[in-house]
Amino acid sequence: MSPQQIQTVGMVATLAVWVVFMLQVTPIMVWIERRGAAMMQDRPGPNRVGPLGLFQSLADALKFMFKESIVPEGADKPLFLMAPLLALIPALTTYTVIPLGPAIQVAGQRIGLTVVPADTGVLLLLALSSLGIYSLIIAGYSSNSKYSLFGALRASAQMISYELALTLAVVAVLLPVGSLRLDEVVTYQQTRHLWNCVPQALGLFVFIIASFAETNRAPFDLPEAESELVAGYHTEYGGMKFALFFMGEYMAMAALSALAATLYFGGWTVPGVDLFKVGDWIATLPLLGKVPGPIWTGLIAALVLFTKVFIALLFFVWVRWSFPRYRFDQLLRLGWKVLLPLSIVNLLLIAVLTLKGVL
Amino acid sequence: MELFVFSLFALGALVSALAVVSHRNPVYATMSLVVTLVCVAALFLMLGAPFIATLQVLIYTGAIVVLFLFVIMLLNIQREEHSAPSGGAQRWAAILMGFVLAGLLFGLFWRAHAGAEIQPLTEDQVSLTRLARLLFTEYMLPFQAIGLLLLAAVVAATVLARRPDGRITAPGEESK
Repeated sequence: MSPQQIQTVGMVATLAVWVVFMLQVTPIMVWIERRGAAMMQDRPGPNRVGPLGLFQSLADALKFMFKESIVPEGADKPLFLMAPLLALIPALTTYTVIPLGPAIQVAGQRIGLTVVPADTGVLLLLALSSLGIYSLIIAGYSSNSKYSLFGALRASAQMISYELALTLAVVAVLLPVGSLRLDEVVTYQQTRHLWNCVPQALGLFVFIIASFAETNRAPFDLPEAESELVAGYHTEYGGMKFALFFMGEYMAMAALSALAATLYFGGWTVPGVDLFKVGDWIATLPLLGKVPGPIWTGLIAALVLFTKVFIALLFFVWVRWSFPRYRFDQLLRLGWKVLLPLSIVNLLLIAVLTLKGVL
Repeated sequence: MELFVFSLFALGALVSALAVVSHRNPVYATMSLVVTLVCVAALFLMLGAPFIATLQVLIYTGAIVVLFLFVIMLLNIQREEHSAPSGGAQRWAAILMGFVLAGLLFGLFWRAHAGAEIQPLTEDQVSLTRLARLLFTEYMLPFQAIGLLLLAAVVAATVLARRPDGRITAPGEESK
């Protein structure tokens, strides 16, 4: 194979690993969410389909697929059908700039395990994830229902407000690194032997709260607050169209978790472990040795990153079943009067520390 | 291949831009604006300006047009049933200004092409480091001036939102 072809194969393989992971996140998370909620509320939860109710998500997926597709009367049909598809655009694109592992040497070629190794890195991720809001707005508008419309209005105000704090928190991470590329953020943490969550604790605090608001998760799930708005922006959706919103939500959570893991928790690295040595060691084993060491290194790095993502997702579930929902004016006040000033203070602090050479 | 991708996005930008001004439903018009902006961002990308392309998506499609939609839905603007009043001074003014704009654009392109040979942008010229350096040295004054201008706009908006009694209305405080 020519060098060009090897690079292409590397890119496609990286993309494939990401896509498989992202598509599996939703069913696994639905199961974790239900069982987690049940555990916290001291009840068994779904436990009939398969061992520990593991196949419940599969049964639900089947049910979604065979449900009648209903478009409410008076709905704006083209927009109504387009909205669930729009929910998948950010979910299926944002992870492309997150490095899955270190650059590895395969067949004499240096392959970076980032699908899109763009110079604008994390900025591209933020740009793509900001497109996700259109699906909510369009769903709310086209449903021709007051509950949906209110959900959409809330979603747009909320996501615009918290995007600022989120972006400023991310900027503070990039400042000492001096690059927008996420692989360099990982390398920076690796060379300093310190995860960013220590010096950037304040930024991490802002980032976590803002990401709950960005993904419309409890305690900030006002766009779909069931006690006030039936189901908010997706009140009128059923079957597979509803499932697409669901997938979009969980995949957006996974993408933001991967971003958090990369920015604050060392990405694919494990402290004190050289993944290249681990990969080479696996390659010496009898059966597994058929695959060269660097490929094992890449796979293990991806596994480490995914583990961190799932820990973050568990945190999402934990918070959802622990905190009551905010009121909308409280939510906006928190965003503009607490988180935004905090993120600016954090940015100034990091800027001074970077200038002094501490970071 | 390049020509194909270019024509795809250029055509997309043109068609959706036409829909922005001609569609009766404000939500469809705004969504067409999103398509226009994304297509233009793709064109920026093809011209070797990934940073501008990204910012275009992040700021315009990601924030500003969302606010457009927010206002349209908040005010519950319905389908425009009647076309804008035809004839009259407004129409002629629009046509005249359209020609002026076209003339200006044409003049600009003419000057750019009549002058010296245009060099294609190099990798270094579009790199983030280079851009940042230019922004904070050569274009420092305009850059800061834009910041001040935006600040003035924010202050002006706040003043407009104030009630006569001097209180700023915030969500949830209306009923007090």
